Amino acid sequence: MTAETQNNDTTPSALGKFFTSVGLLRESPIAIFGLSLILFWVILAILAPILPLYDPNAPLEPFKFPLDGSAKNDGLYWLGTDHKGRDILSRVIFGAQQVLVWATTATAVAYIVGMLMGVVAGYLGGWWDEVISFISNILLSFPVIVLYIIIITYLGATGFNIVLAVTFASAPGIMRIVRGLVLDLRTRDYIFAAQTRGESPLYIMIVELLPNARGPLIVDACLRLGYTTITIAMLGYLGLGLPPPDPDWGKMIAETQPLGSFAGHMAVVPAVAISSLVLGFNLLADGLREISMKD
Amino acid sequence: MEQTPILECRNLCISYDTRGGEIPAVIDFNMKVMPGKGVGIVGESGCGKSTVALAIMQYLGSNGYIKSGEIFFHGRDMRTMSEEELRSIRGSKIAMIYQEPMASLNPSMKIGEQLAEVPLYHEDVTKEEAMQRALELLEAVKLPDPPRILDSYPHQISGGQQQRVVIAMALLSKPDLLLLDEPTTALDVTVERGIVELVNEISAEFGTAMVYISHNLGLILETCDRVTVMYSGEAVEDGTVEEVFDDMKHPYTSGLFASIPLPGADKNERPLVPIPGQLPLPHQRPTGCYFGPRCAFFRDGQCNQEKLPMRTVEGNEGHHVRCVRFEEIDWSEGDHTSVAVKSVDSGKVVLSVRNMKKYYEIKSSSILAMIRGDNVKTVKANENINFDAREAETVAIVGESGCGKSTFAKVLMGLEDATDGEVILNGKDLGQIPVQKRSPQTVGHLQMVFQNPFDTLNPSHSVGSQIARVIRKFGVEKDPNKVREKVNDLLDLVKLPRDFAHRRPRQLSGGQKQRIGIARAFAGNPAVVVADEPVSALDVSVQAAVTGLLTEIQNDLRSTLLFISHDLSVVRYLSDRVVVMYLGHIVEQGTTDEVFSPPYHPYTEALLSAVPIADTSVEQKQIILEGDIPSAVNPPPGCPFQTRCPRKIGSICETDVPPVKDMGNGHMVTCHLDTDVFEAMEPVIVMQEGEAAE
Repeated sequence: MTAETQNNDTTPSALGKFFTSVGLLRESPIAIFGLSLILFWVILAILAPILPLYDPNAPLEPFKFPLDGSAKNDGLYWLGTDHKGRDILSRVIFGAQQVLVWATTATAVAYIVGMLMGVVAGYLGGWWDEVISFISNILLSFPVIVLYIIIITYLGATGFNIVLAVTFASAPGIMRIVRGLVLDLRTRDYIFAAQTRGESPLYIMIVELLPNARGPLIVDACLRLGYTTITIAMLGYLGLGLPPPDPDWGKMIAETQPLGSFAGHMAVVPAVAISSLVLGFNLLADGLREISMKD
Repeated sequence: MEQTPILECRNLCISYDTRGGEIPAVIDFNMKVMPGKGVGIVGESGCGKSTVALAIMQYLGSNGYIKSGEIFFHGRDMRTMSEEELRSIRGSKIAMIYQEPMASLNPSMKIGEQLAEVPLYHEDVTKEEAMQRALELLEAVKLPDPPRILDSYPHQISGGQQQRVVIAMALLSKPDLLLLDEPTTALDVTVERGIVELVNEISAEFGTAMVYISHNLGLILETCDRVTVMYSGEAVEDGTVEEVFDDMKHPYTSGLFASIPLPGADKNERPLVPIPGQLPLPHQRPTGCYFGPRCAFFRDGQCNQEKLPMRTVEGNEGHHVRCVRFEEIDWSEGDHTSVAVKSVDSGKVVLSVRNMKKYYEIKSSSILAMIRGDNVKTVKANENINFDAREAETVAIVGESGCGKSTFAKVLMGLEDATDGEVILNGKDLGQIPVQKRSPQTVGHLQMVFQNPFDTLNPSHSVGSQIARVIRKFGVEKDPNKVREKVNDLLDLVKLPRDFAHRRPRQLSGGQKQRIGIARAFAGNPAVVVADEPVSALDVSVQAAVTGLLTEIQNDLRSTLLFISHDLSVVRYLSDRVVVMYLGHIVEQGTTDEVFSPPYHPYTEALLSAVPIADTSVEQKQIILEGDIPSAVNPPPGCPFQTRCPRKIGSICETDVPPVKDMGNGHMVTCHLDTDVFEAMEPVIVMQEGEAAE
């Protein structure tokens, strides 16, 4: 019996485990690069209130180009100002706050709904599965953009409604992934063991099934955060985004796009911001997948 | 006369590059395969036996490579061959047969086309000639109705037939060397017997040399001339089959034989002796002898000094052993504890199953079936199950896949309702009560040990919390401190250290996981424990320890054990009574002695003859069943076994369900055969006197 117990590694603490998993990221330079892009925006968004920035909504001097030092108050417009004289740097950073908060909230809500639908459809099967899959198929058959426009135009452009729209559009896809994972997991002996000791279906779904589906879901969640960022930017661009005057990357592009011929920076800066954040999410997802495949 | 070997491996070292650095998978491996001979490689999982086969095929994958040593094929070093040359050798001169037949066949191509591809690629033949060759080989591998199979897709034929097709495919280009990697592990015993017979005939007929890789010593004995025993990447012993099986020199080989239940093993006189501990991971290998930490004859300073070479046994040129002290070992000095199975007096009847039936309905959604009105088909998974199990008794339920033993377990556990009949536990009929409606005590009284150790524990939760959940759920203890105490008690019971409670399942080995599974089953002081093939997925050397533990706990707590298994050797060793099932029917039941000695049911007789036995002193009658187990959707009329029965007596078997005949003392056989035929039956397994007495 002594040899059987020889690998006596101590159980790591929760914090230790976290650092081990971050350490694993080192194996994929792509993941590190993606994470850095995301962290860049997250840190800027968090620090926005204490950074020495102009008020993002204050009309200062219109049509200033980047690094134009001729500001009235001896300041410097790092990225210039837009047609209404608002500081672009300040608007991009405060815009990051908006995008990150709403993208995360919307994805999280979509995940909760999608996972519940998926685990119920996959585990209980039968009529539950038929009904949930049918609803999902109907939602998936709508062009996403039409779905967004219908929801937002009828319910109004608020953060809550954006979350609702994203949930409607993403939950069916998440439900399909979770359902597939659960169909596989439910045949495992530990599920059988839980059934034979008389556990309720709810317990089995939440405690026994979902935690084991997390691997593929983390990668998918990363990708989906990227999609949601695009969605929010797109809604902003279409004028269906967050209510004015708060800065919104999509709306910034839409407003300044006609001026592109002589003041291109006004639209390019928020466009680069969107792309870099989405790229960050996609690269992190790719890196995570690569790492999980190695094992 | 000196012949050139077909294949020779010299000082072969194979390594894999992984995250943790280089991992040596095979170290210093030597092998010679002479024309027409069979060489077996035997060892437990992770010992490197499959890596050797892959290296011979030069298929090591992107991170595997041959570090040093040579592989000669017909005297040419394969490492110097170009990719082009290798391709022309693979499949035409060397053919490989894998464990999973379905994975070797292309599911979207007809079998004929797949077979014809081989000669079309390697030789200059026309399509018609290739098809003709394919047809001839399907006949050679004794498949029924070859033209039909030629025109079928792989999923349309059974697993045993698929493996025969794979063998036919391997033989198509008349290879000089056949590599078989666990070719029958995924098949049932009676089907396995047919394949083994086929492999033997083929090597005799075509003169093909074979490398037969298996964890099953019995199969090696039946198919090979020489055998190499591997342990943790090294060959520890090689020699002719007789030398290794009858005059083994290495402690690991001897431990392996002592841990498998041979017919001569007896609970009391020759008990099983498990090898303690587990196979070391490649980076945890000790210095000196890799087997050292698990060896009963380990000598400090002698066995753990430097890397050991293979040494020749004096007076026996072909027999090599990797052990420094094999000449001086006194086999009686080992201090391994054996698995003691006490004979316990069985008490009152605890579980009683009466005329239990379980039918499933399958709805066919095809339009034709709906028009005809026969869109509902009934699968008779269990038909008239009758038996009793007493307190502290071990009842084995034996049968091959599809015999309904798992369905029976499901009904018993309350996951399925019985269609008819009663399942009485402690005087209470549970047949129609689903598990959700049973009281926690009843649920705790009827628990299960599962087959697959890698699946039996939830990977997301710690071991301790999973056991604690069971304790709370069965209402054994509520108070958190008492629950913790009880968890510790249970870990003590299964002989694992208490700090295992904090571990995650992935930090445990297969045997340890299965111990936790046993602890979980015994948490609610069960009256009946159902063990569904509890050790079949474990390594041979660990199996004995886990089986021993299971029976020991069961004896101490006086629980009833329902031991579901296909392995008759284990069943014979462990159980007090045996129930043999075939296609949902109980065909024979009685005490272990009654079932294992004549008179037999013809199916039991065939099953006994099919079990590979790793003992040269045993003579086994050869009964080869034809065909496969019929589908339960479409069972044959009359006797379920009539389609394969070697003792079929005529039309009565096809029309009438056979009666249950009492052979005395509750030994029941369900068969039409006359009493005088039963009386004339001879034992299937005969021990040769003298040798067996050693």
